[in-house]
Formats: sequence, C-alpha cells, structure tokens
Amino acid sequence: MRVSLFITCYNDTLFPSTGKAVVRVLERLGHTVEFPAGQTCCGQMHYNTGYQAEAMPLVERFVAQFREAEAVVVPSSSCVAMMKDHYPKIAAVIGDPVLIAAVDALLPRIFEFSEFLTRCLWLEDVGATYAHRVTYHASCHGLRNLELGDGPLRLLKAVRGIELVPLAGLEQCCGFGGTFAIKNAEVSSAMLEEKTMALLDTRAEVCTACDTSCLMHIQGAMHRQRTGVRTMHLAEILASEGAK
Amino acid sequence: MSGGALDPRTASAFPMAAKAAMSDGQMRKNVRHATEVIQAKRARVVAEMPDWQELREAGKQIRQHTMLYLDVYLEQFEDNCSRAGGVVHWARDAEEARKIVVDLVKASGSRDVIKIKSMTTEEIGLNRALEGAGIQPIETDLAELIIQLGKDQPSHIVVPALHKNRQQIREIFQREMNLLELGEDPQDLADAARKFLREKFLHVKTAVSGANFLIAETGGVCVVESEGNGRMCLTLPETLITIAGIDKVLPRFRDLEVMLQLLPRSATGERMNPYNSIWTGVNASDGPRVFHVVLLDNARTTILADHESRQTLNCIRCAACQNACPVYRQTGGHAYGSVYAGPIGAILTPQLMEMHHAQSLPYASSLCGACYEVCPVKINIPEVLIHLRNKVVRRNTSGFPGMFSPEAVAMKALAAIFRSEKRFRAAQRLGRMAEGPLVRKDGWINWLPGVLGGWTKSRDLQEMPKETFRDWWDKRGKA
Repeated sequence: MRVSLFITCYNDTLFPSTGKAVVRVLERLGHTVEFPAGQTCCGQMHYNTGYQAEAMPLVERFVAQFREAEAVVVPSSSCVAMMKDHYPKIAAVIGDPVLIAAVDALLPRIFEFSEFLTRCLWLEDVGATYAHRVTYHASCHGLRNLELGDGPLRLLKAVRGIELVPLAGLEQCCGFGGTFAIKNAEVSSAMLEEKTMALLDTRAEVCTACDTSCLMHIQGAMHRQRTGVRTMHLAEILASEGAK
Repeated sequence: MSGGALDPRTASAFPMAAKAAMSDGQMRKNVRHATEVIQAKRARVVAEMPDWQELREAGKQIRQHTMLYLDVYLEQFEDNCSRAGGVVHWARDAEEARKIVVDLVKASGSRDVIKIKSMTTEEIGLNRALEGAGIQPIETDLAELIIQLGKDQPSHIVVPALHKNRQQIREIFQREMNLLELGEDPQDLADAARKFLREKFLHVKTAVSGANFLIAETGGVCVVESEGNGRMCLTLPETLITIAGIDKVLPRFRDLEVMLQLLPRSATGERMNPYNSIWTGVNASDGPRVFHVVLLDNARTTILADHESRQTLNCIRCAACQNACPVYRQTGGHAYGSVYAGPIGAILTPQLMEMHHAQSLPYASSLCGACYEVCPVKINIPEVLIHLRNKVVRRNTSGFPGMFSPEAVAMKALAAIFRSEKRFRAAQRLGRMAEGPLVRKDGWINWLPGVLGGWTKSRDLQEMPKETFRDWWDKRGKA
C-alpha cells in the first residue's frame, strides 16, 4: 500500500525517532511511505485552546496536502481524534462545500499508527523483537475518542522477548492535556504524580503509548525524579529487531 | 476553602483556587476516597445493564427533544400543574426567584422553613435571602445539614459534604448540636441528625424543595432521594414551595422509565433510589394544602439559544462526571468557585454567568473525556468546553489590549508559522538556537521562563534533537 505519513508538528520537531520508527515498520511490512513536504500541524493546539479561527487554515492545509492519499498514517492518537471529531464541524463552519466533501472523503482513510496495523492491515505480529520490561499507557484520545481498545496491547504481546506488565489506573489521564499542562500546572502535576506512582509500581524499564505528547509529559517527570524509566512511542518498540 | 459563599463573580481564577485547595491534604484524601467508592458502585450497577448504551441514547434523545420544544412543554406543565391546584410562578433570574420565595414564605406565616436538598436553591443563594428576611432555613438532607451546621459550602452536586470525613462531621455535630458524647459510628451520626430533624419536621409548617423532574403531561413534580427526609418535607408541612430550573421538564410520565434508571445508577450507584416522590398539585385529603412551583430561567434561555452548547441543559445532575473527573479528584469542588463543580460545573457555571465570569473554568480540564464516557444523557462535555474556550478567546481578544496578550500573540504567531512549510522549517531551526542557553550539560531543560515555567515546576524537557524528522527524510531521499 502507498502510505502517506503525517508526522505531526511535535514529533517532527521534538521526537523524530517516532517518525523514523513508523517508516521502518511500514517499509518492513512491504509498504511504500510518502511524506508530503508541505505538511505542518493539524491545528489541535489552537482548536482546543479556543483559537478556532487560527485552526481553520491549518485544517485546509492538511486536507490539501493529503486529499490524494491512499491511506494517511499518524503516530498520534490526539491528532487523529482532532481530525475525526472536529474536522467535519470546522469544514462546515468554513462553509466551503469542496472542503466539506474532501474532509468527508478523507477521514475514513486516516489511521492512527496502531489502528492502521490492527484495523486496516489486520496484523498483530509485525516481526519485532524487544527484550525489555514494558508497560503501556492508554492515552485518553486513543482510549475514548478512537476506541483503540486492546489493539496496541495485542501488537505489544506479539513482540518477541517482551515482558509486558499492566499499568494500574489505565483509564486515568496523565494530566498533559496540551496547554492545560501550563495553564493549570499545579493540577496537571498532581495528576502526573499519580500516574508516575502507578508507573513506578510496575517496575517497568519502558513506558510506551500511541501518543508522544503524553509520553513527553511522563518522561518529564521520570527524568526530573531520576527514575531511569524511559518512554518510547509504540512504533519504536515495533520497529525494534533486537540486538544485532 | 470553606466559609464564604461560592460566587463565580468573586471567585479566584481556577488555577489559583485549585492551588490553594490542593494544600488541604485531608480534603484531597476524602475526595479521592469518596469518588472512588461511588465510581466503583456505579460501575457495578451499570455493568449489569445489557441495554445501558441504549438507555443513554434514549436519555439523550428525550432531553434533546425536550429542549427543542421547551416552550411548549413548560406551558403544558403550567396548565396541568395549575389545574391540579398548584400555583406556577416564573422567575427571570436569581433575584426574582429569591423575592418570590421569600414573599411566599412570609405569606405562609412561617418563621422557619424545612428544605430538601436542592442545588437550584444553592445557585440562587436562597438561604441567605431567607435569613435576611428573618426566616430560618433548615436543611434536612444529611449532607446539606452538615454543610449548614459547619458554615461550609457544597462541593459536590449529589454528595455536598463529600469533602468531609466522618471524624470531621462528628466534630461539627458535637459543636453545633451540643452533643459532647457523640460517637463516630455512622449510626451515631445518623441518630443525632434524626433526633435533631424529627423535631423540625413535626413543627415547621412550610417546606422548600427543588425538583429532579417536572412532568409536562401531568403537571407532576418528581424528587428522588436516599434518606426519606425529603418525603417528610413533601408531606408534613402545610405549604410546599418547589424551585426548579426550566430545564427540569420532561414531556411524558413514561419518560421517567428511562430517567429513573439512568439517574440513580449514575448518581449513587443504586439500582433505584430508596425514596421516589411524585406529586401533582394538592390533594384535600393529604399533604400540603398550598403548593407553589417557581420556574427559574437565570440564563438558561441564553444557553438554549446557543445550539453548540445547548446540550448543557440536558444535564440531570447525577454528578457521575464529577466522580470520574481526574481534575475534580485532585482539587475537590470548592476550587470551581460555584455550587456546580467538576466537568458539568466547568461548562454550566460560565454560561449561567453569560460568560462574564468564571472564564477560567472551561480550561479546568485536560479534555480526557472521562466525563462524556459516564454521562447518562451523553453530554459531550469536552466538545462544549472547547466551544466555550473559543467564546472566551473571542471575547478577550476582540479589542485592545486583549489582542496583544502574550497568549494571543503566541497563538497567532504559531498559526502563521504553521501556515507555511518554509516558516515552519525556520522556526524549528530558530527554536534549537533559542533553547541553547536553557539546556543543561545532560541535554535537559529544567527551567523555562514566564508562563512556560508551569511546565518545569515538576517536569524536565529534553533538548530538541539536532535533526528534525523532515531533515532526516530529505537526506534519506538524496542518499
């Protein structure tokens, strides 16, 4: 399949390893990856913070970049939730019938990365080897908006050598919430503290998720507290082929 | 954070109020414990319903339909209630409602009133108005009684004293009821309250209640409760005054079939409330001889006019969203500066203030969606939060100096960057240069300036990688 990668603005800038891992997994499975160069941001931060007018041109830009794609893969559950939950409404507000139709046609071809593997390619074993103790954090948007269910866990279970340990309070938010982490820093930090305590209880070496933004948040506390726990996007674990 | 009334017009912004509230370790423990207990009970009784999702959808449809024809159903209620001997009053706002109730109580000749737990009376500050007129309100719901005796404020829609534990309640009772020997078993506390209240039930001639539902088809009013004290208030006095938001109406009696399954399971984790009272007007052979209903607007019609946030009015006040909310779990209810706390409070309160106050509340959420998941009538609270954030931004950035606030400037600059690939690449390079002085030897940032400093209070940030993904992709193509 010809897969168009939407890397997302923060993965592009802060976590390029996530994108590289997505490319590695998809190519290993025999697919062709394309990267439309004009892509920037889906508009989620602006939209969720109340700057709807600023998000509108970003929606138009995204659609223009990806409207011809056979499938769009996005390694971020919250960006995909932004598209699926809000793009139709934004297009309607803009009121351009061409855009409305394009959004309508494009949305079913947009997949969060793990969703693409489990619900489009119908795969669980993608040929990965990763011999570490790992726990999975279910990002809220993946859990509730995209209803990823146990898809990511099934992918992880199929990884050779992995020791997968459950995280208590899986449905509880880590407290990131985009600009919430800054606007309500104290509450956000208190939420994160509960998450990190549950995480440390698992004695996992690595915490993984389908959203690097949650992981950036968790990683921030893990480093501040010198815990030695690492965070990795699911794609990075699935790309791993063990020690060579 | 107890004492002063919860008034969104004077409350601190949520981040500051939350910070202050979170310094009360005992309160946080009480809130965590209580919400966990109720959530577990709710989960158990919801799981046993094979048609729970269909019920939620039915609940949503009934409420949505009602709001679309609210004028019709309210007039139908007025007609049917009046025909059955009730007197219907219409109150445009809190002040009008307070005046109507105070005048009615005065006319009844009572110097005190017994009250059923009612958030609507909290919303309009009825108790203060009654006291101002020389009338003593007596709360008969156990939790409201605790709040009243403790000179406290409600922190939860269904369990107003949720932030207090048993020892704290015992201390209040010991002090206020003069019961120095009082034990701390739930039985002891309930006995003390019963003794205190029974005497009032037998002597007070006027009662004030809220309403869970108004039934347009019959003109009936429905109140559900756990203790039976409400039933006492509804049956013993000579005069009964009910205050209800205009959003409380249901079209048909049979709609209760859906609502009375959704509400108790969502609210207290019970299959059914112990006491379900439905009365229609007055009856010469029993109960109050005089019955008034005050229908309160207080900005509800303004909410109704906004088709994106109209669903706020579908709320049946079960508080499942409060129990599920990870923000409420940390802060408790008082931080919201409103009698309506938690996710529903975050959307309802600023709208009741017509967006003039409580502008920080739509931001008091990580948009995790736990509230929407448990809502028995499927109010998409995150969607309404985002809509209200947009209203806040439009209000505050439409003129000078709001349009030049640091946030508005940063957001507009970022939007301009994201509108062009070239500018985006330049910004990525610039960001790497700008962060340079902040990066420590280990490659991490542990201090950020200004508002961004909120992040580094508890979290580090890894330095930006030398190569962005798109740089790597370009090189790979050329290789």
